[in-house]
Amino acid sequence: MRFTVGRESDERDAGRLRLWPAAIGAEVNLGDRLFRILTAAFAALIVLMLAAMAIQMTRASALSLSRFGFGFLVGTDWDPVRESFGALPFIYGTIASSLLALIIAVPISLAIAIYLSELSAAPVRRSLGFVVELLAAIPSVVFGLWGVFVLAPLLRDRIEPALVPFFGGTANGFDLLAAAIILAIMILPTISSVSRDVMAAVPKSQREGALALGATRWETVRVAVLPSARSGIVGAIILGLGRALGETMAVTMVIGNRGEISLSILDPSYSMAAVIANEYTEATGELHLAALSEITLLLFIVTLALNAAARFLVWRVARLPGEKNRL
Amino acid sequence: MKYAQLLLPFIAVFALGCEKSAPVGEKAATLHLATIASEEPIDLQGAGATFPYPLYSKWIAEFQKVDPRVRINYQSIGSGGGIRQIVERTVDFGASDATMSDEELAKTPGKLLHIPMTLGAVVVTFNLPEVAQLRLSRQLVAAIFLGEIKEWNDPRLAKLNPGARLPAKPLTVVYRSDGSGTTAVFTEYLSSISAAWKERVGAGKSVKFPVGLGAKGNEGVAGQIKTSAATIGYVELAYAKQTALSYAAIENRAGNFIEPELKTITASAASTAGEMPDDLRLSIVDAVGADAYPIAAYSYILVYQNQRDALKGKALARFLWWAVHEGQRFGPSLHYAPLPVEAVSKIERKLRSLSYKGTSLLDDKK
Repeated sequence: MRFTVGRESDERDAGRLRLWPAAIGAEVNLGDRLFRILTAAFAALIVLMLAAMAIQMTRASALSLSRFGFGFLVGTDWDPVRESFGALPFIYGTIASSLLALIIAVPISLAIAIYLSELSAAPVRRSLGFVVELLAAIPSVVFGLWGVFVLAPLLRDRIEPALVPFFGGTANGFDLLAAAIILAIMILPTISSVSRDVMAAVPKSQREGALALGATRWETVRVAVLPSARSGIVGAIILGLGRALGETMAVTMVIGNRGEISLSILDPSYSMAAVIANEYTEATGELHLAALSEITLLLFIVTLALNAAARFLVWRVARLPGEKNRL
Repeated sequence: MKYAQLLLPFIAVFALGCEKSAPVGEKAATLHLATIASEEPIDLQGAGATFPYPLYSKWIAEFQKVDPRVRINYQSIGSGGGIRQIVERTVDFGASDATMSDEELAKTPGKLLHIPMTLGAVVVTFNLPEVAQLRLSRQLVAAIFLGEIKEWNDPRLAKLNPGARLPAKPLTVVYRSDGSGTTAVFTEYLSSISAAWKERVGAGKSVKFPVGLGAKGNEGVAGQIKTSAATIGYVELAYAKQTALSYAAIENRAGNFIEPELKTITASAASTAGEMPDDLRLSIVDAVGADAYPIAAYSYILVYQNQRDALKGKALARFLWWAVHEGQRFGPSLHYAPLPVEAVSKIERKLRSLSYKGTSLLDDKK
């Protein structure tokens, strides 16, 4: 995964884009044309697949859409026995756990990335970098089990009793905080390894320039590296957010699975992905199935919307003048 | 030998061809010929409940020894999935812990039969290091899961368990967050013993629990209870046995406190066998028997009465017949209670009604 960094590469890309159609027009080669059509078809497949999924999910949730309408989004009652369905607790749980995970993971990830790309010696960089990437390869159910048997008891007995006076709620160990911590650990390798790659791609001359002007190590990172890597770092955070929003298994194992909205991070919560995974296999009522399908549709929309918002942010950030040292 | 093998498919085709035009009286004989002629393996597909999966796997392996031609593939995708697949006819049999409602049965493409295969029980399991045995009355079980009992040293609990050192700790309820037959049986039981539960919560595979934490799967509930003191929840008996969790003795309708054991579960089914309706759909929670454990249920296999394939239908009928007779002896070692004889006679009648084009699929001698 590479993100475009700095002016140089931007210009190179633009140049290539200009040359490409001309080259095709010049030589009328059947193979080239076929190749172009084929790759275009595969690219179109992505769009078609997204559309097909959206249509299918809308169809499957038709009953729920017509029965509850907009009320589904703001309803807080989820009672399969009485066929009363509202999705707000799940929407809240998904967004709250993911954002909380970002709050925990982003500073740590950036610190790891800065250390790996700017401050560490080469052997440390290689071995530690490898370990960080290894963390990304662990299946989520392993994190979930670790959450049930290690993290939750630790939170319940040692950490949460101290937090209850500040946040309210109860020290259960299975709550929004546990889910956010698990998610933070899971997205940490994604954000830190992508950010490290992006920082490593910043031209050496920029750092040398800053150092030549008498900047300290920290000032060099702040002035010369971070601004250039800005859009790439935001991209890395988006990738992490994407994983957090869709994570199912590890979250459902520690979040407490209670469809209630509580402002305390020490109360159990529920996420959209978790309720789908929990209830879909055994649901037989048509309205129940339709309501679960609508949750799927909502998860799809929320994920797309948050990703689009984040991409917009990248675009805005990338257009800001680089001289202002803002991240 | 070689030539005979080459000819076999033709004989089979010929036999099946005859069968189409044969008069009704000869049909059974032709069917028999087709069965003998075919050396091809017969593949049966099944899907559904996870609860009886260990037992069904055992049966499938054992039945292979009885009839090596029959190959059965069972996917434990959950009762809901099993019902959906048998209704869509993508499998030869479905399996469900809960019975289908009249409304659901009205939508099936053919007459679907419920065949009780085995018995399961749900136990109330708890983690109190100081307490080895716990007795719960009918009112108390409901009160705990309704959230009315907040502390373990509640006087109502203490009165029933005079010897037990109940701690002054908050009581945490753990329930199944995923839709499950276990939850269906447990909530059906709570609905039948408590009017308040029936009105406020009701029964189903997924319900809105008034209090507590949700854990995914029997293993999730067992895991949370095992790692947290002062918790209480419900799991299948087999699961509690395997993970060595403590479970409570529950007061039954007759007023006796009964431990969940294979014989008390079978007693539940035996004491209610007389009430079993013609379609075999029967809830046995809160059974009348003096030594009946009150949270028990049948686990069902769902099959179409009219089979569309003679060979598969016959193999399926024979497998089911074998399972409710010889197969029952494999249950106890896996913590499944055997069906009571009173129920088996009713099931036999039902299995005889399995047919292909109007002819029973089971030989008369059975």
